[in-house]
Amino acid sequence: MSEATLHIPTAVRTQTAIASLGPVAWARANLLGSWWSTAVTLLLGYIILRVIVGVVEWGLIHAIWTVPYSANGIADTLVCQAAKGTGACWAVLVDKYRLILFGRYPYAEQWRPAIVVLLFVGLYIVSGLRRFWRKELLLVWIVVLAAIGVLMWGGVFGLSEVTEDNWGGLPITLILATFGAAFSFPLAVLVALGRRATKLPAVKILCVLYVEIIRGVPLIAVLFMASVMFPLFMPAGVNVDKLLRAQIAFILFAGAYLAEVVRGGLQALPPGQAEAADALGLSYWQKTGFIILPQALRLVIPPLVNTFIGFFKDTSLVLIIGIFDLLTMGKVALSDPPWQGFSTEVYLGLASVYIAFCFAMSKYSRGLERDLNRSRAR
Amino acid sequence: MADTTADPRLAAPRAAPRRRMRLSWADPVFRAVVWQVLIVGVVVAIAWYLIRNTNENLAARHIATGFGFLGRVAGIPIGESLIPYNPASDTYGTALLIGVLNTLDIAIIGIILATILGTLIGIGRLSKNWLLAKLTGFYVETLRDIPLLLQLLFWYTVLQGMPGPKQAWHLGDAAFLSNRGLKLPRLEWQTAHTWALVAFVAGLIVTWFCTRRAHERQDATGVRPAVWPVAVGVLVVLPLIVWAALGAPFTLELPALRGFNFQGGLTLAPEYFALLLGLVTYTASYIAEIVRSGIQAVPLGQWEASRALGLSSGAILRRIVLPQALRVIVPPMTSQYLNLTKNSSLAVAIGYQDVVSIANTTLNQTGQAIEGIAYIMAVFLLISLSISLFMNWYNARIALVER
Repeated sequence: MSEATLHIPTAVRTQTAIASLGPVAWARANLLGSWWSTAVTLLLGYIILRVIVGVVEWGLIHAIWTVPYSANGIADTLVCQAAKGTGACWAVLVDKYRLILFGRYPYAEQWRPAIVVLLFVGLYIVSGLRRFWRKELLLVWIVVLAAIGVLMWGGVFGLSEVTEDNWGGLPITLILATFGAAFSFPLAVLVALGRRATKLPAVKILCVLYVEIIRGVPLIAVLFMASVMFPLFMPAGVNVDKLLRAQIAFILFAGAYLAEVVRGGLQALPPGQAEAADALGLSYWQKTGFIILPQALRLVIPPLVNTFIGFFKDTSLVLIIGIFDLLTMGKVALSDPPWQGFSTEVYLGLASVYIAFCFAMSKYSRGLERDLNRSRAR
Repeated sequence: MADTTADPRLAAPRAAPRRRMRLSWADPVFRAVVWQVLIVGVVVAIAWYLIRNTNENLAARHIATGFGFLGRVAGIPIGESLIPYNPASDTYGTALLIGVLNTLDIAIIGIILATILGTLIGIGRLSKNWLLAKLTGFYVETLRDIPLLLQLLFWYTVLQGMPGPKQAWHLGDAAFLSNRGLKLPRLEWQTAHTWALVAFVAGLIVTWFCTRRAHERQDATGVRPAVWPVAVGVLVVLPLIVWAALGAPFTLELPALRGFNFQGGLTLAPEYFALLLGLVTYTASYIAEIVRSGIQAVPLGQWEASRALGLSSGAILRRIVLPQALRVIVPPMTSQYLNLTKNSSLAVAIGYQDVVSIANTTLNQTGQAIEGIAYIMAVFLLISLSISLFMNWYNARIALVER
């Protein structure tokens, strides 16, 4: 932890100076700055090189992409078994990617969940572009979510009906995360407002209890509650689908976390705004809807995106209560006897899907934060 | 007349007149009461509806509520336990207690290791060495973007895929990594060690008093007496003398391969090791970002000013930068500690028997769903509350004292 190893936020000057001096000077400054830095560079360089060579050999050179199939359609994985340890068996992903991505959705109808995934991605992109940040966006969300419901369930417009039991894979992950965020957001705004309503002590206590209890327990406890206790809560004869129960648990869980984010925005707003609205004679809901929320929510968009990334990853926990999301489908694919033991390949495939979504979102969130801060800096 | 024209500022301050509530929608006080009655009423009605349904369902399924099942014999086999446990004779109460201890075990060790690893990586990201900075950046970016559960499953399969005990990876004769987990040497604990530990704790108390004295003296005279000779004496030399006086026993119990498995030594079972590995590496990626932003939050002028004062780089870090960085670091660090503790409940997916896992088995065996979940929630609320209280106390201690 000596001073030499710490790189304090550099002034722009040094960076331009280094750039103008060419690669040798750059390397001297950034890789071989001191004997300590040189040692670190050599050691890390050696390790990285070894790892890269190993990964390329395992993942590309010795990798097996396809395997022969026996007459009854069962994969013959002898080649893969033989190459185990020296080469990756990507054939498992080639063989199982439809199952992993779309679950047990009828094979001929799998274009529907594929479109659903594209719709979700499109929805994220449209919501992310600032030129679309207007009231009509709410309408777009309602229309797209409804279209997603129609595509998944079917039963209208000549689409065959597919029940929730047959859904699986990436659409489940996206549905849990997106519907969870969409429905928990209004709840979160109300709870955040309730928590700051000093004139309504009873409501405030209710909101504080809700937020603190949910945030104090792990998501698994909430999911267990949905899967084990929820059936007890319902009157006899009423059976709520497992996916819906998990979705409700997710909404309640996300609501508490989002409420804290929204509360942060409400607190960051100067009190003069509310006082000015009061002085103009606006009612509570006029004040909140036209003055407070538009400013407070704008402040917390980056943390909202970060919280959403968290939910996206947290959806994988439904594995524990037996819902067939992306991660669960990966495990299901691995339980197929010929493919047992190729978990590294499948887990890497799953990880790359999660990384693709999360990395795009976190990159976006950071860019947004920079932009919003730039506009505030004078 | 004179009264009405008198300057109101000269009059004694009066309390605002108590206004009586009017039964009108235009009165904000009345509105507030109506809203609260309405909202609380709706919540109570929903709760009552759910409780009534639950009671009916429980009656229909002949499930008796209550914690009476805690006294029954559990019969749950538990692999790892910090207290003696026998599935044939011990009760659900004991099994659930073991679950809590296991959760605390993984949480405490995980928090310590994640803090160390995260701090190192966070400092690495600020390194002047381009390769180190990029590599640690890559670590943070990748691990944060993969669900923890996926990482845990990955580590668990990796550990299960390790070679058997006979072909175990080993570090001399001391440490073995095989599909039976990680084996480490263990110190054979003897009375001399206990007394040395007692001496060390006594040394801690003495050091604390000396530090306080030194503070008082510095406040009074401006000269700070050196504490470190006393600290070294009572923290290192004294326990060593005690240990040596009692015969200086030191024997390590090494794990040894006998038949198909290892005997002796300290064992980290694959479940425990995978959970620890996953929790530590995942949480460290968040802690690294917190540490980095904390150090960057200290203005550059602070470094320059302390260098201008001629402080050594160690002193700059210890006395100037860290105290300021900690103020930024501690609050988000608290929530990471809470997250790690809550995330340890993912143990249920890889078969480490923490409180969630044992409570889940219990509720499956007894059908006491409500009690089981209430137990899990109570335990985690208690742990969360304790960590929050401790970290709030620490935060208040290091917070900027404004005069």
